[in-house]
Amino acid sequence: MAERFKYEAIVIGTSAGGLLTLKKMLPALPADFPCPIIVVQHISPQSDGYFIKMLDDICSLQVKEAVDTEQIKSGTIYFASPDYHLLIERDHTITLTMDEKVNYSRPSIDVLFETAAEAYGEKLIGLVLTGANADGASGLLKIKQYGGCTIVQNPEEAENPVMPEKAIRAVIPDHIADINEIVKILVKLCP
Amino acid sequence: MVSDRELQDKIINLELELLLEAIQKHYGYDFREYSRAHVKRRVMHYISLNSIPHISELQHRLLNDEHCFKKLLKELSINVTEMFRNPSFYKAVREKVVGILKTYPYIKIWHAGCSTGEEVYSFAILLQEEGLYDRAQIYATDFNGEVIKKAKTGSFSIRNIKDYTSNYQQSGGRESFSDYYHATDNRVIFDKNLSKNIVFAEHNLVTDGVFAEVNMIISRNVLIYFNRELQNKVLNLMDRSLVTGGFLGLGSKETIMFSEISAHYKAIDSKERIYKKTHG
Repeated sequence: MAERFKYEAIVIGTSAGGLLTLKKMLPALPADFPCPIIVVQHISPQSDGYFIKMLDDICSLQVKEAVDTEQIKSGTIYFASPDYHLLIERDHTITLTMDEKVNYSRPSIDVLFETAAEAYGEKLIGLVLTGANADGASGLLKIKQYGGCTIVQNPEEAENPVMPEKAIRAVIPDHIADINEIVKILVKLCP
Repeated sequence: MVSDRELQDKIINLELELLLEAIQKHYGYDFREYSRAHVKRRVMHYISLNSIPHISELQHRLLNDEHCFKKLLKELSINVTEMFRNPSFYKAVREKVVGILKTYPYIKIWHAGCSTGEEVYSFAILLQEEGLYDRAQIYATDFNGEVIKKAKTGSFSIRNIKDYTSNYQQSGGRESFSDYYHATDNRVIFDKNLSKNIVFAEHNLVTDGVFAEVNMIISRNVLIYFNRELQNKVLNLMDRSLVTGGFLGLGSKETIMFSEISAHYKAIDSKERIYKKTHG
């Protein structure tokens, strides 16, 4: 019998409206959720990261800012730092860079998604949530091409539908769903 | 079974490995211990921009054409910088470092990985206002000779001057920022008095050694491009270049925490990543 297929990581990209949506979604994940989650949330370069502490307080999983060269571990939700791109290495460590903005954004969702696709291949779940620009669409396509699972928030539910719509235009996602439903899908995909 | 995509991925990674090997052997620049995902992104970006079919073709071209190599070098050298970047860093230097530097009759400062020089001139202004400039020797180095040439000119695009002025004010600047430069149509050119004690030079943190003993090293957003082993090596080089009691100022997401030198340093401002060497 083949070993049961396991997802090894989830990447999430979001922009305008993302904080409220994540605040609704991330606390709903159980403490024993087995997949690490890496999030790019577009945010002002001057942000002091208060939302990370706020999310950590209300989530069962640990929520922290990703540190350069650290090993990605389960039980943890990592956030990209304001004004730095977050890349994932093949050995599942974090790299931060100050390269030029991508899609007018730093951190860029595409940069996270594309490097995560190369690092995790088919064992990756990519999720695009509410947002007002096109960042994340081509990254989600790459996740799909590498055999990963793709999920997009239902644009009708999203506070800002542009980002989900752009993602859906770039790739036919495996799931288009409301946040409550997305939580159920993730728990089912990552037992 | 290995899928076509997995196989292709494996080949690309092998080609990249060989490319970095070839660059090191032929040109002496060593990118093998840079963050690999980052180098791969830059190389893939370069070949798609220049319509080069694959990495092996790039390798062939740059071995035979130094100009092509120089272009790639530019792609691999990240020159995103600004004057008084993260003003709170400069403020912390004014409040927590300057007082100690003032106790020395003569100080040496090294900007390691200075890129086009924005932060070097920022620091020169800070030293000037604190009455330290005239007893300071400043070394500003980068591995990329092209950016060093630019840094030497002290001339920057006028486009960003509004942001720089605001950064300067937030950093604790005491004068009118515009007193430090004169503006032409589209450039601002900084006062020559700011550069008289600065030596700009090519120096590669990965392949070159110690060249001076200094009182402070400023190296911001340089280490993040290296993998952990190389970060450790470069921090050791910096450690050997720093006097006991000297200061190390890093970028806001850089740390000495994972390195061998951490035991010899204490953070004097952990948020701004300013460390003091407590013993040798």
